[in-house]
Amino acid sequence: MIDRVLDGRALAPDNFDWRFLGLITAILSLGVLSIYSVTPVQPVGGTPVYVKQLAWIALGWVAFVVMLVMDYHKVSRLAYILYALVLILLVVVLVAGKTSRGAQRWIPIGPFVFQPSEFAKLVLVLTLATYYAKSPRLGWMQRAVMPGLIMLPGLLLILKQPDLGSGLAYLSIYVSMLLVVGMRSKAMGTLLLFAVMLFPFAWELVWGSLHDYQRERIMTFVDPAYDTGGRGYHGLQSRIAIGSGELLGKGLHGGTQSQLKFLPEGHTDFVFAVFAEEWGFLGVLVLLGLFAGLIWLALEIALKAKDMLGALLAAGLIAMLAFCLVINIGMTAGLFPIVGIPLPLMSYGGSSIVATMSALGLLLNIKRRRLTLFY
Amino acid sequence: MSVRGSTTHDELRELQQRLLLFKISLLLVMGLLALRLWYLQINEGSYYRDLSENNRTRAVVMEPVRGLIYDRNGVLLANNVPSFGLYVTLEDVKDRKALIATLVNFVGLDEAAVRKKLSERGSRLLPRKVKDGLTLREAALIESHRLDLPGVMVRAESQRNYPGGPTAAHLLGYVGEVSSDQLERPEYAELHLGSIIGQYGVERTYDRFLRGRSGQKTVEVNAMGHEKRTVEVEKPLAGDDLYLTIDARLQGLAEQLLGEESGAIIAIETTTGDVLAMASRPVFDPNVLSRELTAKQWDKIVQDEGHPLTNRATQGQYPPGSTFKIIVAAAGLETGTVNTTTRVRCLGGYPFGGRVYRDWKAGGHGVMGIVDAIVDSCDVFFYTIGQRLGIDTMAEFAERFGLGQETGVELPSERTGIVPSTAWKVKARNEPWMPGETISAAIGQGFTTVTPMQMAMVMTTVAGKGESFRPRIVRAIKERATGQVLELPSVPRPKLALKPETYELLHESLEAVVTRGTAGRARSGLVRIAGKTGTAQTAALKDDRRKDQEIPKKLRDHAWFVSFAPAEAPRIAVAVLIENMGHGGSWAAPMAKQVIEAYVKNKPAGPATVAVAMRGRHD
Repeated sequence: MIDRVLDGRALAPDNFDWRFLGLITAILSLGVLSIYSVTPVQPVGGTPVYVKQLAWIALGWVAFVVMLVMDYHKVSRLAYILYALVLILLVVVLVAGKTSRGAQRWIPIGPFVFQPSEFAKLVLVLTLATYYAKSPRLGWMQRAVMPGLIMLPGLLLILKQPDLGSGLAYLSIYVSMLLVVGMRSKAMGTLLLFAVMLFPFAWELVWGSLHDYQRERIMTFVDPAYDTGGRGYHGLQSRIAIGSGELLGKGLHGGTQSQLKFLPEGHTDFVFAVFAEEWGFLGVLVLLGLFAGLIWLALEIALKAKDMLGALLAAGLIAMLAFCLVINIGMTAGLFPIVGIPLPLMSYGGSSIVATMSALGLLLNIKRRRLTLFY
Repeated sequence: MSVRGSTTHDELRELQQRLLLFKISLLLVMGLLALRLWYLQINEGSYYRDLSENNRTRAVVMEPVRGLIYDRNGVLLANNVPSFGLYVTLEDVKDRKALIATLVNFVGLDEAAVRKKLSERGSRLLPRKVKDGLTLREAALIESHRLDLPGVMVRAESQRNYPGGPTAAHLLGYVGEVSSDQLERPEYAELHLGSIIGQYGVERTYDRFLRGRSGQKTVEVNAMGHEKRTVEVEKPLAGDDLYLTIDARLQGLAEQLLGEESGAIIAIETTTGDVLAMASRPVFDPNVLSRELTAKQWDKIVQDEGHPLTNRATQGQYPPGSTFKIIVAAAGLETGTVNTTTRVRCLGGYPFGGRVYRDWKAGGHGVMGIVDAIVDSCDVFFYTIGQRLGIDTMAEFAERFGLGQETGVELPSERTGIVPSTAWKVKARNEPWMPGETISAAIGQGFTTVTPMQMAMVMTTVAGKGESFRPRIVRAIKERATGQVLELPSVPRPKLALKPETYELLHESLEAVVTRGTAGRARSGLVRIAGKTGTAQTAALKDDRRKDQEIPKKLRDHAWFVSFAPAEAPRIAVAVLIENMGHGGSWAAPMAKQVIEAYVKNKPAGPATVAVAMRGRHD
């Protein structure tokens, strides 16, 4: 009952953050612009990619509104069921998924493909937040090991695809939430000791599960001059694209690196490089500002959340978005190995857009509900 | 593990304090990213801008059209025809193995050859030719699969073509891709892997005129290496055209006369040094050699027992046989060793050092003067003079007539033959000269070897009574850029100053060789011919007097006939050598006669001007 009353107030200026919406819209627009620039405007026998992206964004807004309107406490109650569902989907993708470039990450649905790992990250945040919120005072076993065990099957299934990028993002959610919940020094120490002891096994597990091209990517990251013509190719082309943008960029459709397809995956994982090439360092500063503003607002939401679930949920979502953001830009700029992580809100892809928009809807939901706790 | 007593509210506040750390690290990380991007875009921006320019633009070499080659009358000897070449740019090839397999399947390439071609040194950015002369069907097949074959392209280009097939093959030569070794040489410095250069004949010696200069097209390419648009074009400069001194008609006749026999016929205009014909057999087809050859095809040509790649006119070295008597006679007259009154009795043999050097005529020629000795080619007479002259004097005169050195004809790898002397023997064989060897040398046997080209030049000298011109093959070069015709002048050689009486006597006796001597079969109703026969003994058959027909062909003597005409006012010198044909008078002399007759019959007085030649020019 209270919820319904509050729903009416949710759109009032003081609760409903228009700045938040503005930032999302701005970033989405720049993403569509870059996709528009780099993909054929009139492809042979198909819809232009940027139009498809607009459709995904529309669907993303639907997800956003749904996540905004539902009480996150109610959503939280479904956490374990949703997590089980995600695990099932991750198994399905291994059995019946579509293989592309040596990885099996997508479930075909009609003409579309669905990437469960994008949603796995979101559901993991929800599950861990739910777990920690229900039992605030925990021993180290319950703080670290139990959630770790919850997280592990999902991680292994994602690495099996293999999808190193999503796996790392997934793992980072667990680590960030653990840090937010707070490891006391002794517990932290014990965990670190375990981590060190387990490292060779973990390394073997991770390295062994990697595809050749992934190992080579890591190798070329360690030694960038390894082979510019072959394995270091993507990283080099990406750096050339970004660097050649210089201060002002080459303008819309002017990015030779991306227009002439030297830059691979220009509309997906390397969309940032396309943007940086065409809009230069000034454009990059604007874009980084927009992202920083969005995360800043999200952090405000987490800081002002009035219950553990809200704060934990917000923190987890922020960690998820920030990790993808930093790793994606870092890899295109040659700071990290190329692992295949989409840039939130900008890379083309339905699963990524819908999952990210859901996460943002959930964040605004937390802000909207923070007053209700005192009623 | 301590369990702290704290309320949910405290817990939340604690959590949110830690989130402040998040805020700080967020600022830090965003700052770091901005810094990195500043470094890439501002600090290193121009470097990456350069890289991106090079990345998207490729310099595509535009091959020049090779100059054309005409004969002296404007008959086309070498031109270019359109052809499809298959190229691969390594930079754009993703999977080399798969590519080779596909190409082998599409156009029937030799797999090993392609693999070798692709692993050669050279730029990864420059397309390298894998095959040329694709059929239209093959070219279309490749083009229709272009998207599946990154780095592969078909280029329409020009292929060297010799309309006359093997006509004048040794003289014209052939073309081929420049080799890695050749690229290291300064003369080919401006070329690149895949450039076509002349590899033999005039194509090689005049390559720097014929080849032109390659142009360059800067094109924008995509990551597949496919051209998107042209940014800049620097047009190639076509090569210059050559007008040879060769008369295609005489050349054809000479080749037809040689037929299936091995040998050479050379005709030189004595008043200019123009080489009118230079035929060598066996022959090759330069059209075949100018295309991409498989290793097997190449081996077949190189290992052919007839050595078709040897230009017998300039690279074949044979004993001069009795044609050498011209030089011995000149040496004798000049040194006063003999004069017109000298008489030698020929009884069919010349005893020396315990053995008898036989005359070719059993029973001998009787008493001989120098004229008759030349006319009947009396060996004993020349044994006698040779013995008096000594080997070193004969060598001196041989060298003054141009033997033992290059004639300077502008063809690659000319051979010099051997002019033996006492010094030569010590140097070359590390043995002293044996007196008996002088006797053999006097009739052009033994160590002495000459090329047919040298003998033809000896005849121009004799015909011109000491005045002769350097042999030349190219009479004019037409610059493509300006249309200007550069006429190459005839270059006189230093005069061989012998006494006029010596030349008079040689002219008189050489004409008599034809009218009443050993070269009766060269007698012509059209023109007075002067000449000398020769029979170059093959080493194994010295003193063998069997009839030619009884000797296996491979071991038979080589037939010589060297000549000039008209005897009263010489304009042409002709040298004929036919391997394993036996006596020179029987076979070589009539061939020379036909060439000379053809020359005087069709040749208007005075040299053809290049202006005439120009009329026949067409690209």
